[in-house]
Formats: sequence, C-alpha cells, structure tokens
Amino acid sequence: MQLVLEKRAERSNTIALVSPLIAIGLTIVTMSILFAILGKNPIAALGVYFIDPLTDSYSLQEIAVKATPLVMIAVGLSLCYLANAWNIGAEGQFLIGAVAGSWIAVKTQGTDAGHWVLPAMLLTGAVAGALYALIPAICKVRFGASEILTSLMLVYVADLLLDYLVRGPWRDPAGFNFPTTAEFDPVATVPLLIEGGRLHLGAVIALLVVAATAVMLGRTIKGFEIRVVGAAPRAARFGGFNANQLILLTFAVSGALAGLAGIIEVAGPIGHLQPGISPGYGFTAIIVAFLGRLNPIGILIAGLFLALTFIGGEQAQIAMKIPLDVTKVFQGILLFYVLACDSLILYRFRLISASRQVSSQQVRIGTG
Amino acid sequence: MELAEAIILSVLAASTPLLIAATGELVTERSGVLNLGVEGMMIVGAACGFGGAWLTGSIFLGALCGMAAGTLLSLIFAMMTLALAVNQVATGLALTILGVGLSGLIGAGFVGERITTAPHLRIPGLTDIPLVGRILFGEDAFVYLSLALIVAVWWFLYHTRGGLILRACGDNHVSAHALGYPVLRIRMFAVMFGGACAGLAGAYLPLAYTPFFIPGMTAGRGWIALALVVFASWLPARLVVGAYLFGAVTILQLHAQGAGIGIPSQFMSALPYLATVIVLVLLSRARTGGSTAPAALGTVFVPDR
Amino acid sequence: MGRRVLDDWFTPTVWRLMMRKTFLAAATALLLAAGVGGGTLSSALAADKLKVGFIYLGPVGDLGWTYQHELARQALVKEFGDKIETTYLENVPEGPDAERAIEQLVRAGNKLIFTTSFGYMDPTLKVAKKYPAVHFEHATGYKRDKNMSSYSARWYQGRYIQGQIAAKMSKAGVLGYIGSFPIPEVVSGINATMLGAQSINPNIKVKIIWVNTWFDPGKEADAAKALLDQGADIIMQHTDSPAAMQIASERGKFAFGQDSEMIKFGPKAQLTSILDTWAPYYIARVKAELDGTWKEENTWGGLDSKMFEMAPYTNMPDDVKKMAEDTQAAITAGKLLPFKCPVMDQDGKEVECKGGDHLDDGQVLGMNFYIKGIDDKVPGK
Repeated sequence: MQLVLEKRAERSNTIALVSPLIAIGLTIVTMSILFAILGKNPIAALGVYFIDPLTDSYSLQEIAVKATPLVMIAVGLSLCYLANAWNIGAEGQFLIGAVAGSWIAVKTQGTDAGHWVLPAMLLTGAVAGALYALIPAICKVRFGASEILTSLMLVYVADLLLDYLVRGPWRDPAGFNFPTTAEFDPVATVPLLIEGGRLHLGAVIALLVVAATAVMLGRTIKGFEIRVVGAAPRAARFGGFNANQLILLTFAVSGALAGLAGIIEVAGPIGHLQPGISPGYGFTAIIVAFLGRLNPIGILIAGLFLALTFIGGEQAQIAMKIPLDVTKVFQGILLFYVLACDSLILYRFRLISASRQVSSQQVRIGTG
Repeated sequence: MELAEAIILSVLAASTPLLIAATGELVTERSGVLNLGVEGMMIVGAACGFGGAWLTGSIFLGALCGMAAGTLLSLIFAMMTLALAVNQVATGLALTILGVGLSGLIGAGFVGERITTAPHLRIPGLTDIPLVGRILFGEDAFVYLSLALIVAVWWFLYHTRGGLILRACGDNHVSAHALGYPVLRIRMFAVMFGGACAGLAGAYLPLAYTPFFIPGMTAGRGWIALALVVFASWLPARLVVGAYLFGAVTILQLHAQGAGIGIPSQFMSALPYLATVIVLVLLSRARTGGSTAPAALGTVFVPDR
Repeated sequence: MGRRVLDDWFTPTVWRLMMRKTFLAAATALLLAAGVGGGTLSSALAADKLKVGFIYLGPVGDLGWTYQHELARQALVKEFGDKIETTYLENVPEGPDAERAIEQLVRAGNKLIFTTSFGYMDPTLKVAKKYPAVHFEHATGYKRDKNMSSYSARWYQGRYIQGQIAAKMSKAGVLGYIGSFPIPEVVSGINATMLGAQSINPNIKVKIIWVNTWFDPGKEADAAKALLDQGADIIMQHTDSPAAMQIASERGKFAFGQDSEMIKFGPKAQLTSILDTWAPYYIARVKAELDGTWKEENTWGGLDSKMFEMAPYTNMPDDVKKMAEDTQAAITAGKLLPFKCPVMDQDGKEVECKGGDHLDDGQVLGMNFYIKGIDDKVPGK
C-alpha cells in the first residue's frame, strides 16, 4: 500500500475555499505548542497576537500603515509570478524608488516649491523602480540570465547606493554629519488621513492599486495574456502572446509599484531619507503574494493579516516578553501550511495497493 | 610576499562556507530542485553547530549537529515540494524565514559563550614552507573538507552511474521517470545533501571563523552561495573558482581600504554583487540559447500513474 | 509552476471573507475573554508601579551595545525593586517601525522610555510631541523637546587613553582601526585616539577600515585580519562584536574592546575596553522620575560621570599601566583635555578653537575631518 499524490481532473473549489482556514488552524495549533514549550500561556499569547491589535483604533491604523507597502509590492509581484517571471528584487526596487523620489525632495528643500512636488516625487519613484526592475528583466529576455539571481544581487547594490547617498552628497548639512537627509518639506510629505494617527494617503493608493489590478487581471486582454503565459506557455505561444514582452511588462509594473511603495514610505511615515528605510518589505511582500494566492483581493487580506502579526508580535514582546524570533517562525510556518494546503486544490492523495500500482505503471509507460 | 600569503589565507577562510553551501546547492539543483532556503539552513546550522560544540566540547560533534539541523530543515522543504508538489520558490523563501527565526530561538541560550576554534593543521617542516606552507598544510579541517567535497561531487556527477541518473532527473524528469528511476526519491536525497552542506557551512562560522554565536551571523552568505551556483553554470570546477573569487573580492576591498585606496567603501562592498550580475549575463550570452541550467530546474514533478 | 486560482474568484472570495469573519468572531469571543481577563488583572496589580520602557536596536545578547543597555536595565530592577516595572523591545529597526514600537510602549503605560540608538531620534521626537506627559530619553542624538532628553558619553576621552597605551605598546608604530560608519562619533574617536597616541609617539600611523555596519562578526574578523596583515599591530574598533579581539588574540597581538568586556575572547590580548556603564545615569533618571523632578536635559557624561568606564588595564607593563591611570585621573579631574587647542587638521591648518582652550562640544559632535598625521580621507566628504 502506498500513499501517492495525483493530479485532480479539475480544481477542487471546496478545498480552495477551506484551505486557508485549515492552514490558519494548523498554524494556531503549531504555535500553541511552541508557546507552551517557551513557557507562555498559549491562549493569552494568541490573544495578544491576533485579537488585541484589532481592539483599538491606533493598532488598526498601524496595521493599515504596515500593510500599505506590503500590499502594493505584493500586487506587483503577483503579476510577475503569474507570468512565471520570478522577481525577487522588489526590495531593491523599493529602495531605488525611495532614492529617486527623495532626490526631488532634497533638491527642492527650502525653496518655496508648489504642490507639484509630491506627485512628482511619486511619479519619479515609480519610474525609477520600473527601470531598475527592467535590468534583470532585460538580462533574462536578452541573455537568458536567471532573473531570480540578478534581481536579488541588485538588492544589495541598491542598499549600498542608498547608504552612499545619505552618508555623502545628500546628508543634512545641519545634521551633525549623521547619515540622514533633512526632514522633507510639508509639500514633499504624504498627507495623513486621520489626525493623530499615522494612516496616510498611501493606504488609499494601495487600495486603488488592488482594485485596478483586479480589474486588469480579470477583465482585460493583457491580464488574460499574463495568466495564460504562466499557466500554459505553449497555448500562449499558439495564441500569439509574446512571453518576453510580458516578462518585461510585468517586471516594469512590479518595479514601479515597489518604487512607489518606497517613496510613499519615505515621504510618509518616515519623513526623510536614511539608511534602513525598509525592514525587508520586498521579501515579506513575496510571502504576502503567495499567501494571497497571487490574487489582488487575496493579497489585500493576506497583507492585512501579516501586518496584524507584526503588530501583534510587538505587543507580545511588551505584554508577554515573547521574543521577536517567534513572529518570524510563525510567518514561516503559516506560509508552509498555506502552501501545503493549497496544493490539495490541484492534487489529492490516494492510497493504492502495490499490485494496482505496478500494473498502472506498466500501462502508463510511454505516456506523459 | 608575506602580505600576499596572508591575503590568500584570509580568502581561503572567507570562501570556505560559500564553497560548502554552494556545493550542496549544486547537487540539489542538478537534480532539478531549486532550494532558495540556503540562508535559513545555514543559520540553523550555525546555531546548532555552536550549541553542539559548546555542550559537548567537540568541534566534530558540533559540525555533525550543524549538518543534522540543516538536513532536518531541508526535509521539510523536500516534503513540501516533492511530496506535496508545492511551488519551490515560495517554499524556499518560507524556509529561510523559518530558519532565521528558529536559529534565533535556539541560539538565544548560547549567546555570550565561547568555544575553542577548530585547530589548524600543523606538519613540522611542511607547514613552514614560505608562501605555500600555511596555505597548503596549515588550514583547518573545514577548508580541506570543502575541497574534498567538491572533488567528490564532481566525481559522483560525472563518473558514476548515480550521478548520471541524478543529472538526468534534473534535465528531463519525465524521461527519467519513464525509464523507471525513482525521481522523487533521488531528488529527496539531493535536497537532503544540500541541507547537510548548508548546515555544515553555517556551522563553520561559529566553529572556525569566529568562535561565538550571534543571531544573524551568516549575514547573507546563503544568498551568495545561491548566486555562486548559477555563476558556475552548475559546473563543479567553476564553482571553486567562483567561491574563491567572491571571497577574494570581499577580502580585497577591506585591504584596499586599509591601504588608503580612496574608493567609497559602499562601492567596494557592492563589487561582489555587481560582479555576479555581470558574470551571469556574460555566461548566459556565451551559450546559444540562453542559460545552461538543468532543464527541469524548479518545475514541479508529479509522477503519472 | 504557478497556480491558476483566478477562475471563478469573486464568489468564492466573498464566501471566504464571510467565513473568515465568522471564524474570527467565534475565536474572538473565546480569546477576548481570556485576554481581557488576564489583562485586567495584571494592570490592576501594576497600577502603582512606575513603568519604564526600553527600545533596543539589536538583540540583548549581542555582547556589545545593546547588551550594556540591558545590563543597566537589570541594574534598575535591582535598585528599585517593586517600585518600577521595566519592559524592553529588542531588534527594533530604525525606520518607521521604531515610531510604532515607541508608541506601543507608551500605550502600554510606560512613563519613562529610553530609546537607545541615534536612528530613533526622529521617531522619538514625533511620539514625544504626541504624548507630553510621557518622558523620553534618547541616546547619542541631538534633538530634544520639553519631554525629551538626550544623553551620551564622552567616549573620546577613553579613546585618548587608548591612544596613549597603543603608542606605548605598538612595536610597529601602526595602529589598526575598524570603523563602523563615518559619523562624527566615530571620527572624533579616531582623532582622539591619534591625539593620545601622538602625545607619546608623534610619528604614529593608523590604518582605517570602514565595515559599514555596527555589528557583523565575520566582516569585523576579516577587517582585523586585513589590518594585521598590512602591518598594524594593535587593533582598535568602533564596532560591537568581539570578533576583532578574537583575531588579535589568535595572532598574538593586542587589541582594545568596545562597549563591553571582551577579555573572555582575548585574555592575553585585551589591553582595556571602553565599557558603556549606563546604570548610574539610568538610576538617576528613574529616581528623578519617581521624585517628580525629571527635567529635559542634554547629558554628555565624561569619565567623571561614570557613564562609561575603562576596563581594568591588563596585559601591559606596570609603567604603561601607571601612565594610563594617571591620564584617566587627569581627564576625570578636568585637567587634561583631549581636544586641547591647537588642533591641526590634515592639511596642516589650525582648526578654529571655539571653546576657549579646547574644541567645544558642537565641534566634537559634528567632527568630520581627520587631524594631522592621519593619511586617509574621511569617506563621504
């Protein structure tokens, strides 16, 4: 008797519905065991992680603030992944977008510039991110170089470029030579939505991005092309869809969104350019993209959920002295379970007896 | 000349973890599996390796612990991607995050402790030869092991039947399956080997490089190992060159600073990464038809029944 | 590769949303009961204690910067016992997360909050403006407010002493310096070291490597090796791990520790170490808070304030030890000023002397030039 995995004839919609819940359930069980091992009350810990942040307006705002860059970047990444183009360098595109947009802020510092400054910054950030993402895309399309590795290597380069700029040419002259630009002027800052909180316009932009992408993927030819090129490359070729062009397009869009997220983050919650503007958003967004099953609405939910775990993780540190590493473990485990349960949508397990196995193999040799 | 010898020794030490981890990943990828979780496996190997050595007082046992930790983590990856046919990129990334978190939890108890580092070889007479003596005869076991490992892998891949079958799985898993080879099982062993190597490479850091454990001490070396495999076009001989080249750039940029060469340090730090991109492009260009990756790399394989 | 899960998405998605909400609602009832119950109990008990919060940049086990703050926090607990309750958040990155982390501490009821890294300056300021009743202490920064103080220590005094020791102990006459980032604090440390060294050996030289990190044992070890290979025989560092000390020890050379005692890693190598001893300052501030006398201040404590100490002078001949102790006493008493004018910059020009007979605090805080005798160039100029 053997347990084998076999492809389903058709996607199982029931599993598609239920799998995230199973995954969350399994994660909660595993985390409870971990909390118990660490000597913490599992129920209290889970409460601090998931429930407490939802109970007051401040935490809710913070969840939105944290989720904004994640969702924006993840939506862009989902386009790439759908088309089978693996953009791992979103972190670098985020940083380059932040740098490019900040250039305008730094250059117009102190001058009485008008309200064109912020939109110009956002636009520049997006364009710069797109161009930076096109580097690995072109390397892939023209030279066949692995986009996973080129985009990843460029993350380090972007980080070092940012470091160089804020320590040198763009340093705040009044800042005692510390590596940060001067605070951005009000015209160069992303406006807040609610007084007293940190919720800013970026959240609205993120929602618009989600909506636009959902429409694009579901209703436009380009969206259809993207989905088909990833799912069935040969069919796509027959349909005349140009895979290379789509790689370039999806990388450019994803880079633009990451760059936009970068400048919004700098011109919003941070307020100036400094080293270390991203605690790994580009990489966390990859998780969000997969948790959201490469679907814009799913990504929105996944992004909010993951942001919840970040906020909850901090509160857990304060309230229960649970180390920050536990949050990382939790996120890794959650992703594992979601991916595992999702595989059941397309595949299923079957127990088959040895004799049937041998005969079916004999029958099947030569096919596939 | 003494400076040259000293630099070579530093480069050897810096390149060794890269070489070991990349060797393991090379085998994994030749079998058709892309495991992006090298960084996670390495750092868990570092935590467990140090813990093992500190608890038992033996570097050897510590290294074994590191290997075991890496292997266990890779088993999770194997289960997900081979048994459950999950997307390899996502699983690898999840593995990295999980590994980093786990290593922090495991290593927390060991921070602040120190051990005696792995001893260096000392053959009276041979080790004292100027210039080459210490390079050839004065290194610690890990350095020699790393070279022996890559030679063994080269031999295995190109001069044994097992290696041929493994490469077949990576190039065309459907045909390999049709010929009756247990593709998934072979891949599982390849993944486990990759995990063991990553764990060993991670353990090298606290056991031989700096004799203590600090969270995050791998500092991205796992990602560099991944790049190295591609840099080397999945060929063992090129892997050695690449590893030492990478180590050399890292060390030389520090020496350049010390000598007062006034290039911005950030640019020097960025050189290894830029170099990788450029080499990746050049190598892929040199071959017609694009990259020389194992054709089935990263694709999901579910045997038809 | 790639999942095709977009077909028939909208209806299932809405279903999923609904089912999640139901699931969450069910779990909420159960967990809220437990959470709220526990929370109420603990906050009732804590009502009378002063809550003091800490934001740490790195892990408490980093054996360096954060570790020393943590030691000071433990000293607080020992000193004040039941009167206070302390909390810390570690590994808080210096970006937007910092502002939230600080605010979380405020919302958890902490009334005195220490933010222990320069990069927390603007986030601390923003939160301070929002909560005028909460008091903030920011380390190594320069922005303040009515409820936000800044504090730092005059480590350059310790560097001067180290420079003197190094000049005495170095046979090659070349010092090796591992710098983290070319910020004024580090640059002034290099200058103070050299001024001290030059007072013993006017021809002393220094090689500087910037590792662009506060903490990376592997890189620090590589830098130490490179410096030693290039002929330096004393290692000094402005980074946080014991890696360089370890390398120096392996090679039979001397080194100075940083932030904390590193003698465990170099029993025969460590000459001394600059020890961050925040406890006296922290205890004083908490006491002020408890007494209701807390005021916004800018504290830049020298050796006399005991905000930092020199680790015992080890591995050196008695006369060098005496010299170091004498210098330390002189600096503590204010008789010896490391940045006494005239100070010459690399071009040989005299630096303007704004403090009367020594460079004033502003000049030291903003120092971005090397003194005469250093052959390198300050990066980023």
